[in-house]
Amino acid sequence: MRFRNLKELAALCVKEEKSIARIMLEDQAEESGQSVEEILKVMGEYYEIMKTAVHKGLTEDITSTSGLTGGDAKRVESYRLSGTPAVGDIAAQAMTYALSVSEVNASMGRIVATPTAGSCGIIPGVFVSAQERFGWEDEHLVHGLFCAGAIGYVIANNSFISGAEGGCQAEVGSAIGMAAGAMVELRGGTPEQAVHAVGLALKNTLGLICDPVGGLVEIPCIVRNGFGAVNALAAADMALAGVRSVIPSDEVIDVMLEVGSSMPSRHRETAQGGLAQTPTGRKIMKELLIRQK
Amino acid sequence: MRFKNVFSIIGPAMIGPSSSHTAGAVRIGRFARQLLGEQPSVAHICFYDSFAETYSGHGTDLAVVGGIMDWRTDDERIRDSVRIAGEAGIELHFTTGIAPGVHPNTVKIKLSSDQNEVEVIGASIGGGTIVIRQVNGFEIKCTGELPTLVIGHGDRQGVLAGITALCDKENVNIGYINTDRVGRTSEALTVVEADSRIPEHLIEAIRALPYVNRVVFIHLD
Repeated sequence: MRFRNLKELAALCVKEEKSIARIMLEDQAEESGQSVEEILKVMGEYYEIMKTAVHKGLTEDITSTSGLTGGDAKRVESYRLSGTPAVGDIAAQAMTYALSVSEVNASMGRIVATPTAGSCGIIPGVFVSAQERFGWEDEHLVHGLFCAGAIGYVIANNSFISGAEGGCQAEVGSAIGMAAGAMVELRGGTPEQAVHAVGLALKNTLGLICDPVGGLVEIPCIVRNGFGAVNALAAADMALAGVRSVIPSDEVIDVMLEVGSSMPSRHRETAQGGLAQTPTGRKIMKELLIRQK
Repeated sequence: MRFKNVFSIIGPAMIGPSSSHTAGAVRIGRFARQLLGEQPSVAHICFYDSFAETYSGHGTDLAVVGGIMDWRTDDERIRDSVRIAGEAGIELHFTTGIAPGVHPNTVKIKLSSDQNEVEVIGASIGGGTIVIRQVNGFEIKCTGELPTLVIGHGDRQGVLAGITALCDKENVNIGYINTDRVGRTSEALTVVEADSRIPEHLIEAIRALPYVNRVVFIHLD
């Protein structure tokens, strides 16, 4: 790829008068030796999987394989349809869809890692709800996934995207940054605004630890996906309104690396600390072990 | 750059709940299955380190068996793979073991059929990415991300030159290649990862080279 950080990416967009999505698409074609059409087809299939997962979690009875979680997406959906969500209908919809995909993941259903399975609800939550709201064609959203991918590519190569390496900030945090930047571009914002959205979003999740109960991708992963979708919308709105990330987004990504590198291993997916080691977290783990035996 | 591909950020399409516990595990299982070249009658699966602690809760056992059925990472039958494999007549044995110095998410898979037997040791290193460390006792390193040839041959002068010359003739660029041998002039194993499709007649031509015993084509995507 011709960019190593978000500054270079935005400069490339300005120089070539192209969107972030277009730059990513062309660079991927160059790197892989595949045609733009072939690459678009794969991403199109991924978007279909995301939409199917959103639908599945809202229409079928989903219980995780451990039996610990499931049904929250449906709960929030019926509450949303009652017309009283405090965050408003649009944010509630993104939140519901994100919960839905995350629940499908926990039940061993089919999802797309964006960027990981633990954070797989945020981008579909934001994208599918926005598609319904604005009436966009699938093609527009598929391009949006390349924009999200370009942002994730920069974060992954300069910091990390897995909870085991950098805590939840690296998984859910990265997904929020990717969704926020992509949302800006999908709504016609400039590459510079999209980049600011990434920095604004990441600042809000710096330091978030990865502390799954029983080591399973369920508690608190699923609800964090729901919150993540709402935060992505908020960051996109700030950036579209002209709010800038005073600390440049690339520097915020560096901070994520610094914070994640100094996180103790008990807060990096090992289930040795945080929520996993609360009295209730330990009780749940103990019961699970007994049931498995 | 650790990541070189947009589809390692958006993707893979997979069965949850965890890319290293399910997607990567499917791919290691599938590598072993394709290496055997047919449905096995018996599979021994041994989990190490962190995998040994966590495989059950994350469905890693189901994922490995899905791979042994030669399914893709997003095949929805993976949830029921153990039952389906049992009905297909595959005898499954799961164990855990201790192996010093391995990646935390390591699995050893031994598959046998009437004709053949293979043993693969692989690690799931995150995001569905895998590294195969050992094949039939030979120390190798490959990821299965590119079209791959696993070539069993005698350790004789000119075998590697023969393989690379044939690839060159077919305009197939070799991304990675590595060889391990039992000892001088003894059995050896070479793994070739290619940047493009590997045509069937190239595989046949390599198979016909002197001292080459077995050529297996592996394609995980």
